[in-house]
Amino acid sequence: MSEAILQVKGLTKKFGGVAAVNDCSLEVRKGSITGLIGPNGAGKTTLFNLITGFLVPDAGKVFFKGKDITSLTPHQVFKSRLFRSFQIARDYPEMTVLENLMVICEEQLGEGLFNAWFRSGQVQNQQKQFARKAVDILKFIELEQKKDLPAKYLSGGEKKLLEIARMMMVDLDMVLLDEPGAGVPPALQDKIMSHIQNLSRERGLTLFIVEHDMDIIMNICDTIIVMVEGRNFTQGTPQQVRSNPAVIEAYLGRGGEEKKHE
Amino acid sequence: MVNYLSSYLVMACIYAMLALSLNMQWGYTGLMNFGIGAFYMVGAYTSAILCGLPSPEHLGGFHLPILMGMAGAACMAGLIAYLVAIPALKLRGGPFAIALLAIQETFFLIIKNESWLTNGVWGIRDIPQPFFSLVNPRFYVFIYLIIAIVALTLTYLSMERAVNSPWGRVLRAIREDETLTDMSGKDCFNFRRQSFVFSSMVAGLAGAVYVHYTGFVSPQTFSPLMSTFLVWLMVMVGGTGNNRGVILGAFLVWGVWVGSDFITNLVPASVATQIGFIRMFLVGIILTVTVLTRPQGLLTQKLSNIQLIEEEKHA
Repeated sequence: MSEAILQVKGLTKKFGGVAAVNDCSLEVRKGSITGLIGPNGAGKTTLFNLITGFLVPDAGKVFFKGKDITSLTPHQVFKSRLFRSFQIARDYPEMTVLENLMVICEEQLGEGLFNAWFRSGQVQNQQKQFARKAVDILKFIELEQKKDLPAKYLSGGEKKLLEIARMMMVDLDMVLLDEPGAGVPPALQDKIMSHIQNLSRERGLTLFIVEHDMDIIMNICDTIIVMVEGRNFTQGTPQQVRSNPAVIEAYLGRGGEEKKHE
Repeated sequence: MVNYLSSYLVMACIYAMLALSLNMQWGYTGLMNFGIGAFYMVGAYTSAILCGLPSPEHLGGFHLPILMGMAGAACMAGLIAYLVAIPALKLRGGPFAIALLAIQETFFLIIKNESWLTNGVWGIRDIPQPFFSLVNPRFYVFIYLIIAIVALTLTYLSMERAVNSPWGRVLRAIREDETLTDMSGKDCFNFRRQSFVFSSMVAGLAGAVYVHYTGFVSPQTFSPLMSTFLVWLMVMVGGTGNNRGVILGAFLVWGVWVGSDFITNLVPASVATQIGFIRMFLVGIILTVTVLTRPQGLLTQKLSNIQLIEEEKHA
């Protein structure tokens, strides 16, 4: 067992009177693929927003690699090599697929106005390297033909692939994936899942995945955390979670459990 | 006639600089700046005060060289933009537009009423004009046309280089999806502020180029219609997000604006006195036709600056 890379301690976020995340504590082991499941409204996406700095928690702390990242903004969180995807794939519709990938590169010389004006040679050289890397990645995920198309012409599934390509552009330690399989046809879903497993296996990324498709979760995760009403309800291996009657009850209510026994 | 054409071109160059400034904000960064005239006005008055002759009625008379006046105008507009950015850039979209609208109105009132500073509605006279003594005043407009073209060219080149660099790509990324850009490790507030301050400096420079052309400045020039909405129309007609497009838009719209003078000879005298309204009417028609038939503007935005690099690679 390796140590925890992400620790969430007593995190609470209230919207009006409703606690979306309520005193939630959990740990994600380094190098693992950890699933996060729970009924609708359990606070999974809010938890992701709290971890990555899009929301400020009312109470509690988030530690990443032992460092307190609770009060950081998203771009500072990114600098500690933590990235996330979004429930509905985000992209830059009016920019080409290639540009979509190149934005994320770090330490770009040309992002300073002075360099952009007076050192364009160096800037161009660096951009060529980034472009080469982006093209290699697009080849790998089989989107190379579309590299000069605006991202708005990609299908929903291709946009999900683009998000995974974006994660390959930079060195990351951990990625939070918010429903990577949602709204994707089954054939493409397998492809996306194999790319996701590849992220973990080849690049050693720690993955923390919210997903409603139980087949996906059970197949690729080594630990599953169940969240109910803003809390860490239970956790364990897929086997343990699957056979835990309390989880089934939380998902389907008491009626569901009775139905199962029928 | 040639004189007339030249003076049209000088003003069109000045408006083209304003259109470039607005295009960087709206076309590339997505900042809906409805107060660009404020920075144009600040630039104009700064240069007028720095370079003007001493006068008992208002601040000024520093009689600095004109180039320093222009630099001062750009710096002052940039400084004010930096300060305005602190509260205003927390807003986005419509609320940002309204905040800037209010800022323009505030500056307009300050300049109109603080006579010790700006001589109020009477304006500042006798602002020096560069190389004025070199030629016959009748031909001075040609000299100034060269200055205006140089200023526009420099602005255009620096803008093009900036927006086609990775810096400009981050601006476009912010326009397209700020959440994702933020998560991708870019300090979006900082980039938006850089874009806002730099383009406001360009607007300030345009103001300086204007006052040294006319030699006179008063608040009337900077009404929201003349200094903001006309510029918006130029950007929309020319092509949001395309620097060449907005320059074309500026020349076209300004052409229609001054060209409507010629109508006065063709219509009955009773209509000719209403020429100001005919202008507005024409401008309204242009706007409507643009929005209905070519909402993206005459020239569409260029998609990518990286294609070039790739082609080079394959070659």
